[in-house]
Amino acid sequence: MSAGDGSGLLLDVRGVTLQYKTREHLVTATYRVDFQVHRADRFVLLGPSGCGKSTLLKAVGGYLTPVEGEIRLGGEAIRRPGPDRMMVFQEFDQLLPWKTVKQNVRFALTASGLLSGRAAEERAAHYIDKVGLTTFADSFPHTLSGGMKQRVAIARGMAMEPAILLMDEPFGALDALTRRKMQEELLQLWEDTHFTVLFVTHSIPEAVTIGNRILLLSPHPGQVKAELNSLPPGDGNPAARKVLEDRIHRMLFTDQVEDAYVRPRGRDS
Amino acid sequence: MTRPVQPILRPERTGALVAQDAFGVVAQPLTLWERAWNNGALRKTLLLILLALLWEGYARWVNNPLLVPTFSATLQAFWEGISSGVLPGRTAYSVRVLLMGYSAGIALAALLTACAVSTRIGTDLLETLSSMFNPLPAIALLPLALLWFGLGNPSLMFVMVHSVLWPVALNTHSGFRAVSNTLRMVGQNCGLSGAGYIFRILIPAAFPSILTGLKIGWAFAWRTLIAAELVFGVSSGQGGLGWFIYENKNQLEVPSVFAGLFCVILIGLAVENLVFRNIELRTVRRWGMQT
Repeated sequence: MSAGDGSGLLLDVRGVTLQYKTREHLVTATYRVDFQVHRADRFVLLGPSGCGKSTLLKAVGGYLTPVEGEIRLGGEAIRRPGPDRMMVFQEFDQLLPWKTVKQNVRFALTASGLLSGRAAEERAAHYIDKVGLTTFADSFPHTLSGGMKQRVAIARGMAMEPAILLMDEPFGALDALTRRKMQEELLQLWEDTHFTVLFVTHSIPEAVTIGNRILLLSPHPGQVKAELNSLPPGDGNPAARKVLEDRIHRMLFTDQVEDAYVRPRGRDS
Repeated sequence: MTRPVQPILRPERTGALVAQDAFGVVAQPLTLWERAWNNGALRKTLLLILLALLWEGYARWVNNPLLVPTFSATLQAFWEGISSGVLPGRTAYSVRVLLMGYSAGIALAALLTACAVSTRIGTDLLETLSSMFNPLPAIALLPLALLWFGLGNPSLMFVMVHSVLWPVALNTHSGFRAVSNTLRMVGQNCGLSGAGYIFRILIPAAFPSILTGLKIGWAFAWRTLIAAELVFGVSSGQGGLGWFIYENKNQLEVPSVFAGLFCVILIGLAVENLVFRNIELRTVRRWGMQT
């Protein structure tokens, strides 16, 4: 991999060790993790509970500072949260309940000072249309289903047209049917604009469906186990898919038995 | 020997769906009576009429106008109080003092909560002060207030600020603390910080608690004011509703005492049902933050 000079390189995570404090412990979430995300990547962080994948995403979001190593976006070190790294969370309460669907999308645009007035209005309407919620533009979030709320959050993230979209198990709280549908929709949106996305999940099938590149992390603390290429999007070859999923499964779970009772479960996801 | 029960193998089947218009009733409007009963205002009005009837009946049965005047006598005294202009004047006086004390209390509460959200020592200050002073009835401070500020509005303001400040500050602060971590992160993600973050994320997200604080503060202020007026009554020739009640008790005008109490109740009901209820409907209910 040619790092640094490659024009495609967007996010550079180097030797990142992350720690957070609980009431009683100082927990090391990840230990010296390296990975590079290039433009238009659908980069998936995959691993079991406690591998620090959500913590890693929060560090890229700027909510957490690495104790070792550094994270650079487009060459600039990340110091604080910012609208160039819009985040889509798992929780349904990420929408502001006092704002309608359209106001929620517009809020991000205006609060960050990116757009205002008519331009913000039009951009919001455009992205709400993209996620198919135009008829619900004036509804308040509490009247929407879980899947619709996540669509709004995705529209809000995409409307900012960030350098990279960070998704923290965005479909984790959805039922299986809605989840499948949302995965397909996300891929369709990607086909439109080829945005860069960093996606966290603990589901192997989801990682294979969503990602073009998958980073496998081992738990307690999170370390890079492998970085794999996934299948092309919409690849209907079930055999190839099965082979890849089995391979990931083996890599993730060969040492599962030893791991299970060595350390207590972390706070992370 | 018993064998475990096995499921019976049955043939598969597919269903043919009936067309939309073949259903009998899909949605049918409720009857007039059902809709009327769903109206909260109507139910409460019926309840009030029932209570008034009970009062009237009991007072007639006791037949002692000095102890329990009838509802109709109270209404009459109320009407006379209004038409003579005494009651509206007293009410206006009380409400004016009340609004002054209420707004001063809210302003102080805002200041204290701002300190509490921005610094840890501010939080400690709010927690310590409120656990000390919140259980202290405002009226217990009245003798002291009279010593410090004398008879008159400053004393009233002092006890009212005391009764408004703590519930409003406590509720607002606990509302801020209950704002979900996700919403905070969303705010930061949009690049908000400082005052923008407080006004555009924290305050709306904590609004249900803030509103509860404002309601409790209002009720406490109203009670404290009436009680304080009952204790030291009149200043500079003009008194409020509490003084009206006290005065009429001394003259054994018991229906007018009841009329004064009636007025206190009416204002309480009006503020709760017109002001706070409308704020609630337009904000927290509309946003689905409260059902």
